[in-house]
Amino acid sequence: MARYIGKEMSRVEGIAKVTGRAKYAAEFRVPNLAYGFIVSSSIAKGTIKSIDTREAERAPGVIRVFTHLNAPKFRNDPQDRSFRALQSDRIYFNMQPVALVVAETYEQARYASRLVKVDYNAEKHQTDTEALLASARDPSHGRGTRVRGNPEVALREAPVKVEAEYRIPIEHHNPMEPHAAIAFWEGDRLTIFDKTQGVYEVRRHLASSFGIPEEDVTVISPFVGGAFGSALRPNYYPTLTAMAARELKRPVKIVYTRTQMFAGHGYRPYTIQRVALGADRSGKLTAIIHEAVHNTSSFEEFDDNTTGFARQVYACPNLRASLKIVSTDLHTPTWMRAPGAVSGMFALESAMDELAYALKIDPLQLRLINYAETDPESGKPWSSKALRECYLLGAKKFGWEKRKFEPRSMRDGEWLIGWGMATGVWGAFQAPAAARITLRADGTAHVVSATSDIGPGTYTAMTIIAAEFLGLKPEQIKFELGDTRFPRAPLEGGSMTTASVGSAVHGAAMAIVARLLDLANRNEDSPLKGAAASDVELLDGRLQLKSDPSRYVDAFDLMKRHNLNEITETFEARPSREREDYAMLAHGAQFVEVKVHSELGIVRVTRIVEVTACGRIVNPKTAHSQEIGGVVWGIGMALQEATEVDHRYGRIVNPNLQHYHVPVNADVLEVETIFVEEDDKIVNPLGVKGMGELGMVGIPAAIANAVFHATGKRIRELPITPDKLL
Amino acid sequence: MRPFKYARATSEAEAVQLVSATPTAKFLAGGTNLLDLMKEDVERPTQIVDLTRLSHLAQIRPTLNGISIGALATNAQVANHPLVRQNYPLLSRAILAGASAQIRNMATVGGNLMQRTRCPYFYDTAMPCNKREPGSGCAAFHGLNRMHAIFGYSDKCIATYPGDMANALYALDATVKIRGANGQERTIPIRDFHRLPGDTPEQDNNLQHGELIVAVELAKNDFAKHSYYLKVRDRASYAFALVAVAAALALEGDRIKQARVVLGGVAHKPWRSTEAEDALVGKEATEANFRAAAEAAMKEAKPLAHNAYKVELGKRAIVLALQRAMDETI
Ligand SMILES: Cc1cc2nc3c(=O)[nH]c(=O)nc-3n(C[C@H](O)[C@H](O)[C@H](O)COP(=O)(O)OP(=O)(O)OC[C@H]3O[C@@H](n4cnc5c(N)ncnc54)[C@H](O)[C@@H]3O)c2cc1C
Repeated sequence: MARYIGKEMSRVEGIAKVTGRAKYAAEFRVPNLAYGFIVSSSIAKGTIKSIDTREAERAPGVIRVFTHLNAPKFRNDPQDRSFRALQSDRIYFNMQPVALVVAETYEQARYASRLVKVDYNAEKHQTDTEALLASARDPSHGRGTRVRGNPEVALREAPVKVEAEYRIPIEHHNPMEPHAAIAFWEGDRLTIFDKTQGVYEVRRHLASSFGIPEEDVTVISPFVGGAFGSALRPNYYPTLTAMAARELKRPVKIVYTRTQMFAGHGYRPYTIQRVALGADRSGKLTAIIHEAVHNTSSFEEFDDNTTGFARQVYACPNLRASLKIVSTDLHTPTWMRAPGAVSGMFALESAMDELAYALKIDPLQLRLINYAETDPESGKPWSSKALRECYLLGAKKFGWEKRKFEPRSMRDGEWLIGWGMATGVWGAFQAPAAARITLRADGTAHVVSATSDIGPGTYTAMTIIAAEFLGLKPEQIKFELGDTRFPRAPLEGGSMTTASVGSAVHGAAMAIVARLLDLANRNEDSPLKGAAASDVELLDGRLQLKSDPSRYVDAFDLMKRHNLNEITETFEARPSREREDYAMLAHGAQFVEVKVHSELGIVRVTRIVEVTACGRIVNPKTAHSQEIGGVVWGIGMALQEATEVDHRYGRIVNPNLQHYHVPVNADVLEVETIFVEEDDKIVNPLGVKGMGELGMVGIPAAIANAVFHATGKRIRELPITPDKLL
Repeated sequence: MRPFKYARATSEAEAVQLVSATPTAKFLAGGTNLLDLMKEDVERPTQIVDLTRLSHLAQIRPTLNGISIGALATNAQVANHPLVRQNYPLLSRAILAGASAQIRNMATVGGNLMQRTRCPYFYDTAMPCNKREPGSGCAAFHGLNRMHAIFGYSDKCIATYPGDMANALYALDATVKIRGANGQERTIPIRDFHRLPGDTPEQDNNLQHGELIVAVELAKNDFAKHSYYLKVRDRASYAFALVAVAAALALEGDRIKQARVVLGGVAHKPWRSTEAEDALVGKEATEANFRAAAEAAMKEAKPLAHNAYKVELGKRAIVLALQRAMDETI
């Protein structure tokens, strides 16, 4: 029986966070620090004709103004086409950095940034995806083009079909913490404090940009104030910070303003989708055609695999799910929480609801009719799949059977009531990851891995896993992350950290056990003689036989007898070979009640039941937080979020939190999150799947479906603001 | 921010004199609007005169004929004041519909009246905006104007006055008390306080440079029984109005003796609809009459490319606000 895994535990770093002891990238104290402020372009495309920095250079406190004319060039890296600032006179997107002012204080740098005068040769730009559809092309990686069966013919012959287009605007992550870095050099060695979801990625990026060995770059990022994908890629400010620090021979800090974040780290792309579904009269799907187009930048290819998961959700022999991209004069998009999945499922799950109404079948029933017992894409069995249980439990908790089928059939005074549901899906990814454990003879352990904790509770989860398998109490474990001096871990993205890094921590703990057993059995009278490592476990300092705990050795005495103050093991966990024989996904079902004001079109999400099946839950407390956070994100996407671009200027008009809305407390009413645990021995030794993204995937569609049920209006373009419902 | 001089005023006279002496000087009250705009480089004062130590200006007190609210009273103080809640519930409601609790704790009556538009083009110094930079053009006119005016705009400016409190003050016929550069006091009826943009959108209102708002005064009225503030916005809190309605009715028997219908979020100033009011006076408080008033209010609306919804939404909001004013009898 697990002592800690599966039990609620508060965040181990919680007190440090609420007391301010936790240091975020911009908060490290470095002596002799200079402050950089980025000057952003005011056009979307063209070249810099002239740039006059004289007045800025004369301003109080200014140390230097960098532009493309005096900034050193970074190394060209064919593997990494991401944007690097101040490399030429070319403007690729609006609010692109055109200068960096470095001064003695932040305010001095910001003030002087306004004195930099830039003249441009503007060129005709295009930032509107809608205007570029004729140029849509397949991403060059060529993935996701396989067609299943003959969807066109199947659709043509289907007795019941629906077809519609869905639109999602650009959205920005808007984590609380702005992106920031502090860089300093000691000779040719660079140290940088950065807000990032992957210290090793930033290290590789910086080493290649400066043409120095990776070992000479240290990236430190112990705390991240939310990221949601915006800190997956290295972004352009770390190179800029390190460049300035190198040139000025003193530490430099750069912090984005909220506005700069809108052109500083990518966004969810503008996405247009067409979904056509064909079914027989019993509701069985015979054809799925799901086509998406979204934008990328002019200098880099990005796609979020919008239609990827659509292939695996429903049993349907005929399917085409494609994604094309168009090049816009905007910065490159990036992954944003539940990338691709939430966009694709908004379209697919809205279309399923439309099909349910075309068939006059209950929307939940339609999902059950088309339940995929095996992976429809590969034909492989699922490693585990408790989606049916999610549907049924969610329906019961929500009271779905009381739903009246007809739209506009439920009411509470001035408010129209709507009930909608949708399916959520995400991966069960695992990537190679390493962790190091040092067990000390005083009964404590130090566990490290260069992963990140952007909020999901990685510190806590890893502490729990280490405590479990070292047989110690959580208080005896110190887990650290976010430092390239620790063993390599993947980016914290794709909801794969617990699976990947957790497996590494588990593996390192097992290696410690094996090492102790080896030590014990050097003694002729060892009570564990003949036992294999898998036969023993550590528990409260005893190395004992699992089958007979009375046969044990005191682990810490053992270490002392061998004059060992500590023993250290590093373990790299890799996805097992066995995984290849299975299809692996995490699933969920979402049930939503909305109230729509019959006169004013205001939508209130009054109740959500979200049931999730994602393997084993390591820490229910932080896990529920993740799902609730996902729900709130779903509410924002459904009802509020949109980055608006004035295409005449190719410029974002709402790059701040007064104009770009995210939900406030008053928008979030009753949210119940429930887990259906799956016992999955295939995915990884811990049996855990991804969950951080999963929680939002079905929400926008479920809300849109509920709005339809309330009003009879099908809104296919997000966000669903009151004006669309008048 | 740009460098500026800072002075803390110790008297009204000193405050007025300091600001009058420098054309680029500004008063500072709660700072919730001015500081934001300074950080964005939209406001560029060279001298700041801090009013916050003039504590006598924060008083709220009864007068012979009503109430006097000091210009430095915070939004929270005004909204929660027993006299305001009892006699002017519309004002309390309107204030509480604005901003957030934290901001209402800082924001003052004077600052709230003076708050500038939330037009996104006004906020971005890389875009043309006649209000920010006269003569540069209006980017919003043919731009993204979902939030903009449907009444009283010009080709120079389609921005709206974004506040909530003022909509109630217009309905309640407030008077703004001002101290001028020469030390003299004058008053402006609230309905003449803000301006329409015309050819000079850089001027939000009729206050002269250096003039200090010292108080807002409200006379007794018969509206306390039947009034309602309805704000329609994109999220439940902490958002500016798509359309807001300050509605107030005074009844005599079952006839409407006096009516006030003021719309927010539709013009460069709170938009008092005398058309709607005229349509109501002398009539019974029925839904049909409310609808007729709503139609009258919107008759002259001239929506732009992205804000036609405000016409229909405005009508429905007026009807609802009037209905609730009748329901919420206290
Ligand atoms: C995020 C956010 C959301 C908001 N939402 C709303 C909302 O929904 N509804 C709403 O109504 N408001 C809203 N507000 C606006 C807020 O109410 C105003 O910022 C506030 O009322 C301004 O008051 P202040 O005292 O802080 O003014 P300051 O920022 O100090 O000053 C504003 C202006 O008024 C001038 N001024 C101040 N006092 C005087 C005086 N006595 N005489 C002459 N001039 C003076 C200043 O010189 C300055 O130009 C919001 C603000 C923010 C930041």
